[in-house]
Amino acid sequence: MSYLPYAVAAWICLVGIAGIATSKNLIHLAVCLSVTQSASYVLLLAVGYVKHGKAPIFVGLKLGSKAVDPVVQALTLTDVVVSLAVIGLILALALDAHRLAGTVDPDRLHEAQG
Amino acid sequence: MIPLQIVALALVALGAPLVVLTRDPLRQALVNGIYGVSLVCLFVVLEAPDPALSMLAVSGIGYPLVIVAAVARVRARDRGREDE
Amino acid sequence: MTRRTRVVVLAPALVGLGALFAWAIAGLPAFGDYRGPYGYVLNRIVVPLRHTTNVVMGTNFDVRGVDTMGEEFILYAAVVGVTLLLREETKGRRVERRTQRLRSDTVRLGGVLMVAAGFLVGIWLMAFGYITPGGGFQGGVVAAGAILCIFLVGSHRDYRPFRNEHAFDPLEAVGTGGYVVVGLTALVSGSAFLTNLFGYGTTGTLRSSGSIAVLNWAAAIAVTFAVLLLFAEFLETYDRPLAPEDT
Repeated sequence: MSYLPYAVAAWICLVGIAGIATSKNLIHLAVCLSVTQSASYVLLLAVGYVKHGKAPIFVGLKLGSKAVDPVVQALTLTDVVVSLAVIGLILALALDAHRLAGTVDPDRLHEAQG
Repeated sequence: MIPLQIVALALVALGAPLVVLTRDPLRQALVNGIYGVSLVCLFVVLEAPDPALSMLAVSGIGYPLVIVAAVARVRARDRGREDE
Repeated sequence: MTRRTRVVVLAPALVGLGALFAWAIAGLPAFGDYRGPYGYVLNRIVVPLRHTTNVVMGTNFDVRGVDTMGEEFILYAAVVGVTLLLREETKGRRVERRTQRLRSDTVRLGGVLMVAAGFLVGIWLMAFGYITPGGGFQGGVVAAGAILCIFLVGSHRDYRPFRNEHAFDPLEAVGTGGYVVVGLTALVSGSAFLTNLFGYGTTGTLRSSGSIAVLNWAAAIAVTFAVLLLFAEFLETYDRPLAPEDT
């Protein structure tokens, strides 16, 4: 039970990779990629958790009381915002492939020659 | 581990395969939004308000917009292509 | 490689990866048993040293400021990529497309209220980012999302001022470049890059934490306009009239 968050993170990563490999649609593939990325957020925040710790915002919280790790939270929050733009870029690539090849099926992309 | 954390983790672990198994991209946009809300609940329970705020805005408005806009453009170009 | 071959190769690979994960997890300390020193050190020193009560933002813009600069440039590069990829098809053929009108008045009223409330919440998150939970990144995305709701309750024509890429490109650059400029001023005055040189002020008020406040606003401006540009590229009008079954 004390390893449950790490196991959930590993499970989400494996599920996302399986989704990417068996995808029939490039847009579906991009969303599965974002699911895989969310596994890293769960892992980061689980590693930084302190038992009985509060959020590391010291408004109304006495200085010196137990608080969770702020470094992993800083990493996660910038990562979430940047992943929006990166998934947007992958979707733009999918749209470009559709324009050139006429299909969003990754298996049939190699058949359509420009 | 308090029970609230176990429930939040179970919801997230349940939501991820649901997102992957939804094959139609339009429906997947909606399921991804719900998965994002369950992730927000998990972040709050893990005492992380800042990532929860950014995940809420990104998965509530950002992802549905870019996915649905991409699907709309694909469909419009398909419709234009078969008219030619 | 057919799908069947791919699935047959994938299954043992996933099992192997799962085994590696299990071995790695077995070596981690138990959940809640935090060992590393940096969390404890930061929670104790950031508030007295930098007079900011949001230690996460203090880490983001002061202790770990160079990484945040790198993330902002990733955001910038991704938006440039999206712009380059999606721009060529409708160049010179921008025709205003008939859009469907929202039929329900309740949804429109709710949407309009959401625009106002969301934008105010976004500005508040940006402004008080270094005191209470919030910050430039979160406030930027929330404010950009609230502006997008104008498109959702209105039409393409209502949203047109917020698709103005000629105005938003330099504004996004001001945010991203402003971050580097603030770091360079520290360099010019003799200390290391991105040293916190401005006055610290009183903890818990808006006038506190030195250059964290300035970097917070630079990141907020950069993220807001980057996300608006991303939305604008995806929402460009294209020159097909609506099919009859869509009106």
